[in-house]
Amino acid sequence: MSHSPRTLTTGLPAVADLRSRLDAALGDAARTWLDQAVTAAAASRSSDTATPAAPVQTAPVRTVPSQTAPAQAAPTQAPSVQATSAEATSARARAAAHLPAPGPTPSWELRFAEAGRRCGPEHADTARLVLLHAARADTATLARLYEQGTATERRAVLAALPHLVPGPDALPLVEDALRTNDTRLVAVALGPYAAEHLAPHDWRHAVLKCLFTGVPVDAVAGLAHRARADTELARMLGDYAAERTAAGRTVPGDLYRVLALTDPPTATDAHAPATTGPGDRAASPDHPAVADPDHPSATSPGRPAAPVPLAPPSMSTGEDQEY
Amino acid sequence: MRIFDPHIHMTSRTTDDYEAMHAAGVRAVVEPAFWLGQPRTSPASFVDYFDSLLGWEPFRAAQYGIAHHCTIALNPKEANDSRCTPVLDLLPRYLVKDNVVAVGEIGYDSMTPAEDTALATQLQLAADHELPALVHTPHRDKLAGLRRTLDVVQESALPLERVLIDHLNETTVKEAKDAGCWLGFSVYPDTKMDEDRMVAILREYGPEQVLVNSAADWGKSDPLKTRKVGDAMLAAGFDEDTVDRVLWRNPVAFYGLSGRLTLDLTDTEATHEGNSILRGGA
Repeated sequence: MSHSPRTLTTGLPAVADLRSRLDAALGDAARTWLDQAVTAAAASRSSDTATPAAPVQTAPVRTVPSQTAPAQAAPTQAPSVQATSAEATSARARAAAHLPAPGPTPSWELRFAEAGRRCGPEHADTARLVLLHAARADTATLARLYEQGTATERRAVLAALPHLVPGPDALPLVEDALRTNDTRLVAVALGPYAAEHLAPHDWRHAVLKCLFTGVPVDAVAGLAHRARADTELARMLGDYAAERTAAGRTVPGDLYRVLALTDPPTATDAHAPATTGPGDRAASPDHPAVADPDHPSATSPGRPAAPVPLAPPSMSTGEDQEY
Repeated sequence: MRIFDPHIHMTSRTTDDYEAMHAAGVRAVVEPAFWLGQPRTSPASFVDYFDSLLGWEPFRAAQYGIAHHCTIALNPKEANDSRCTPVLDLLPRYLVKDNVVAVGEIGYDSMTPAEDTALATQLQLAADHELPALVHTPHRDKLAGLRRTLDVVQESALPLERVLIDHLNETTVKEAKDAGCWLGFSVYPDTKMDEDRMVAILREYGPEQVLVNSAADWGKSDPLKTRKVGDAMLAAGFDEDTVDRVLWRNPVAFYGLSGRLTLDLTDTEATHEGNSILRGGA
């Protein structure tokens, strides 16, 4: 399901540049704090050797490697928890199995948590990204920080994914964020990492969720690239527009923007961002270029044969538009 | 009239309440971790609850222009349940969070040995994490509960001036004030305090270090009681500055002891990369 590895993340700002800008913006105390935190994070790289690079799993089974007992590998722990959960296991034992083990948290992870009050809320995202990068946090560490994080900490983990995780292992974190109704998380979950790795069905639903919850589709990385020639997405957009119209409600302006992007390549190539690259979307098994009998988009009542009337040119708001 | 409700359980309230609170002048709240009516049976339930206090609920509040912070603790009722007490081991990782402005609410319910242990343990955690503590006083045997609470605080590493004693009334206010604590009053429709008695206490004891809250939750309660106290104060002849002191500056000063209070939420949290999230809600 990967789309052109690295092609969608080549536009990412370098962490070193972000750090320089952050240093310039911070006061002396905050900059000193950041220096120390980065040092601690960098030092954790060599000491953090016991964590296997296992794929992320999220709720209901928590597979966070224990700080005090790293030998308890997640893959063997998880099934036993499932199997015994209905038995008369003591609550404490269940808690110990399900929950992160208490114990000393690495100092850089404590600093990751307190970055907001040390650097100011406006700089917290960048400071946390710098720390994750300095620690070269692996997928298991990122998953633990996400699961144990506040909404702002989770946002920072999601934003760090394209910098730190080359493959799709961290997708469960993105999928968890997309299940929430917290638009701060939904927006950042749809960054370059999702653009590169999120499955077509999940990605389409995420785009639709943006339209539902008012997240501007500008937050969706690689939108033009992934939407291009996606007739299934076009059908979903058309159905949603029809539903809104039937209810006497306005259609979000962003819907028409995305719908226009689903036109065939010849219609959008001229406007496509340079970062999209050639792509390999035709190879995707769920790519709409291959006819899908379960989704006869060409005959869907919500998807007129010619989508152009849905997409008046230069429309930005969607308000008061005839459908 | 700007209002900071220093004790309200918004998890139990509706969006209508948020709208009405904002219309009444509420711009900031602190939600203490407490029990949920239905007893919990494992620390995992606490984890989800704490995560909600640090995730979903602040987001919900921000949609209505209200800054939301929380206090984290094992409450005294559930401190008596051995299925729940392991949550004490999980508290340290929560107490470092930016949005946690106190340890609380802790204190006594039935004044059991298990409650002694939980209270002393969590006062130490507050000292360790440079946080103040929100300590409630029991509903039953209140004066004896207050005295025992003050004894435990005095034996702890946490100074009395970093402790807010809550649910005070006519019988307990003097000893709490003499001890040097911050003084919290919960104003309820039927129980605890009411507006007129609150005004009488303010007349007798002054507004210094006094905080008024609605403590609204899943029981019969009123999230607008803070505003009603403000109106009652004005009607009784208090000036606007004194109302502001009690309903805004005092809670800001107390929770500000944490160094973690951020009240410019409408400028930061309510937008994402310059885009309003206030339209949200699926």
